[in-house]
Amino acid sequence: MFDYTFQWGQAMARLPQMLEGAIVTMQVAVLSMVLGIALAIVLTLLRLSGSRPLMAISTTWVEVARNTPALFQIYMAHFGVASFGLYLNPFMSLLVGITFNNAGYLAENFRGALKAIPDTQARAGRSLGMTQLQAFRYIIVPQMLRISFLPMTNQMVWAILMTSLGVTVGMNTDLYGVTQDLNALTFRTFELFAIAAVIFYVITKTITLGGRLIAARLFRY
Amino acid sequence: MFETALTTRDLWFLAQGAGITILVTAISVVIGTILGILFGVIRVQLGPILSAPLTFVLDIFRSVPLLIQLVLTNAFVGIVLQWQISGFTVACAVLSLYTSAYCAEIVRGGIDAVPQTTRRAARSLGMTWAQDMVYIVTPLATRVALPSWIGLALGVMKDSALVYVVQVTELLKSTQILITRLQEPLFLLLICGAFYFIISFPLARLGGYLERRWSND
Repeated sequence: MFDYTFQWGQAMARLPQMLEGAIVTMQVAVLSMVLGIALAIVLTLLRLSGSRPLMAISTTWVEVARNTPALFQIYMAHFGVASFGLYLNPFMSLLVGITFNNAGYLAENFRGALKAIPDTQARAGRSLGMTQLQAFRYIIVPQMLRISFLPMTNQMVWAILMTSLGVTVGMNTDLYGVTQDLNALTFRTFELFAIAAVIFYVITKTITLGGRLIAARLFRY
Repeated sequence: MFETALTTRDLWFLAQGAGITILVTAISVVIGTILGILFGVIRVQLGPILSAPLTFVLDIFRSVPLLIQLVLTNAFVGIVLQWQISGFTVACAVLSLYTSAYCAEIVRGGIDAVPQTTRRAARSLGMTWAQDMVYIVTPLATRVALPSWIGLALGVMKDSALVYVVQVTELLKSTQILITRLQEPLFLLLICGAFYFIISFPLARLGGYLERRWSND
């Protein structure tokens, strides 16, 4: 059928190395998600602060993150920031780039979620003697995180997919980077990347299904 | 105060890259939307069980990094099939299918948002399935789907930055080539980022406006 002999054995022999890469990929994605959620909460807080400069910072971050390619953001973290004498290694560049992107998208999700929480709740908290920050921390944030749980799992999938961009700044320990290096060694491009694709598929599906199961278990009311 | 080695020719080089970005995006969005509408309607018509194979295939495009889809397709066409096809064609083909996978989801959501009772009313007035689709479903579903579709088109433009991997010199790649030569990464990246932002931001705002405008009735 094809004038090409598939060498799956050669590629499969590299599977352990690729799985190690998959673990790095997940580490980067999880780290960037945790940091991204924390930053997104801060951005939401800035947006609600009512101070113009703080709101401007928040809006600029969100709009730049959402309106430029993720690859551009990673380049910025790697080559752009280097102009200020701050040299990040590939891992850090990738992490900073994805975290910036995650925070922007998540802040926008949180904004949508906030609309679903009645103003009266925060006011009720205030009249119970909570400070503004306490009301935000104990009343708004928990509901906000609950409402945007499914968008967050989507963002997690995006974070996994985005880690593949790390290779452009010289990252070679994540799944894509490992695959690329193995490809340079063995020239089994199709087989290696097909295996990588399957691993990515399994990871993202697990996250999506896992997210749905957790959502069904946590939020049944 | 500010000096740069950037010449007019370099700017022209960047503009060409921007042109390629827009061209790849336009082709992929047009083909992807047509395919996406087709896939979306098929999925709704066949129901969740019969359309499971199609859903599975489309899901792959949404679960595997675009970079890998491009490399894999390029390897399959070039090494396995040994066809002589340009990277540009491969990029457009992969991005079209990628777009169609997301578009099918949007179309499905749009059709599902049309109340069943409205459609039954149309059918009982004697409209055929096709008339129902054209005169009833399309106008109502478009209102739901258009804002997301704008978001998708902008997403494809941003994702088209990855086609450098199949030797297509689009905007970000041409920026990188210039960075290698001029060694002014920040300045060049800001130009490149500004280009994406200027195209994406107003359209994203328009999408947000339409969403607000059309959702409250």
